[in-house]
Amino acid sequence: MASTYGYFPGCSARGTGVAYEESLLTLFRLLNLSLDELKDWNCCGATSYMSIDEGSAFLLSARNLSRARQAGHRELVTPCSACYLVLRKTQDYAARYPEIAKSVGDSLVAANLPPLDSVTVRHPMEVLYNDVGLERIKSKVVRHWRGGRVACYYGCQLVRPFAEADRPHDPTRMDELLQAVGVPTIDYSLKTKCCGGSLTGTIHEVGVRLNYILLKEAARKGAEAIVTICPLCQYNLDAYQGEIRKHAGEPLDMPVFFFTQILGWALGGDARSLGLGRAISGRRSIEEWFSKHAEEVESYV
Amino acid sequence: MKRLKAFWLSTEMRRKMKFQREADPLWAQKIAERPGCEGLFSCLQCGTCSGTCPLSIYMDFAPRRIIALVREGFKEDALSCQTIWLCASCYSCAVHCPRQIHITDVMYSLKREAIQEKLYPRHFPIPVLAQEFYKMVRRKGRSSEFWLVLRMAFRTNPMQLLGMAGTGWQLMRTGRLRLRQDRIEKVKELQSELAGREVG
Repeated sequence: MASTYGYFPGCSARGTGVAYEESLLTLFRLLNLSLDELKDWNCCGATSYMSIDEGSAFLLSARNLSRARQAGHRELVTPCSACYLVLRKTQDYAARYPEIAKSVGDSLVAANLPPLDSVTVRHPMEVLYNDVGLERIKSKVVRHWRGGRVACYYGCQLVRPFAEADRPHDPTRMDELLQAVGVPTIDYSLKTKCCGGSLTGTIHEVGVRLNYILLKEAARKGAEAIVTICPLCQYNLDAYQGEIRKHAGEPLDMPVFFFTQILGWALGGDARSLGLGRAISGRRSIEEWFSKHAEEVESYV
Repeated sequence: MKRLKAFWLSTEMRRKMKFQREADPLWAQKIAERPGCEGLFSCLQCGTCSGTCPLSIYMDFAPRRIIALVREGFKEDALSCQTIWLCASCYSCAVHCPRQIHITDVMYSLKREAIQEKLYPRHFPIPVLAQEFYKMVRRKGRSSEFWLVLRMAFRTNPMQLLGMAGTGWQLMRTGRLRLRQDRIEKVKELQSELAGREVG
């Protein structure tokens, strides 16, 4: 049985997070789930739009949610943590504040669109955990993990106030998913500490330092890679390791994956369609863990 | 020696003493009525927000002090500081607050007010980025990381682009730098939906 979900990629899936979209689509195909991309979706507004103007920020999300409903979807999957939070926040605020509900509702009625609360916003991690289930994922594993231990990094926005994806203080679902496909994870105490988001582009030194702390702690706990669920976290942790090496004088060169890449690999996806070649840091480890050679050894075992 | 002492004082005593008459308690009331800011006056000043904030060590006033300044009505201090812009919206304070105050939303309210009153720090890159992002989304319906960073750099300090070149090259090499500016098809429709709804 193939289930179909509405799909909201978010702007970064077309830029720095392109590997996330590639691996997500591959993984869902391997699991017989289909994602139907929302037509002509617009930016969710992220954190910056809300800083300028709140009234129309909610309209941006409402437009997407309502159009998903119009396309016949009850569930809208978005891989980006920021999109997930903003879409959910819009629903939450519209439910709690009548003035926001009225302003948003009026403009939806004016555009002849259905209300926004009839769509559930979901994250792929929680879809895999709840709808597919660990058992079914385990039964589909075709490859053994050849890499080292990993740190599961959840970042901030996925698990915070408006979310149902996991527990806000101690999320574990990504750990459980990865363990189900045989990837050892470490107990990573900074798993919900913020990576700084767009700070690496604005107040560069501060942003890079936040990421240095995250990488250093993962390395100290014995992780050889970090696995993320957010395009911005992945970018921040991946792209500035060279700079951190130079300033901190530490031999950091750690691959930073999307959780969909690891799961997709275990379920038999090939490296190209999972975007594994798009990493900036830790390319040597990636080559070693995912190369053809590893597969040959695999068949021998 | 005298000059050295004067210099020391000028660096140490950047903040001036505040008097009640400089405060505007009505403004505090107004903020507390905004969606998400209801809990403002129930704050215990326990400091959990400042303790859990990953950025508080870089802030001029940590979140607890911002709350204190806002509810006393020290509008100018609260609106012209860098703190509100350093907030990366990670919501850590909001989930840890024992009074369930949505501190992140208070920060958002202050950011919007700072933009409206033009009190934000002029050449601080974060409000500049937010404004460029806002304009881009309204014009095109989507954001483009490349053009956003370019615009922000030109409005703050174009020299920083030199430092970004290395990262840009790495992204280009791995096919992660999209030079094209995406634009949604029904951008006119979006603009008309957004028009006239710019409320703070």
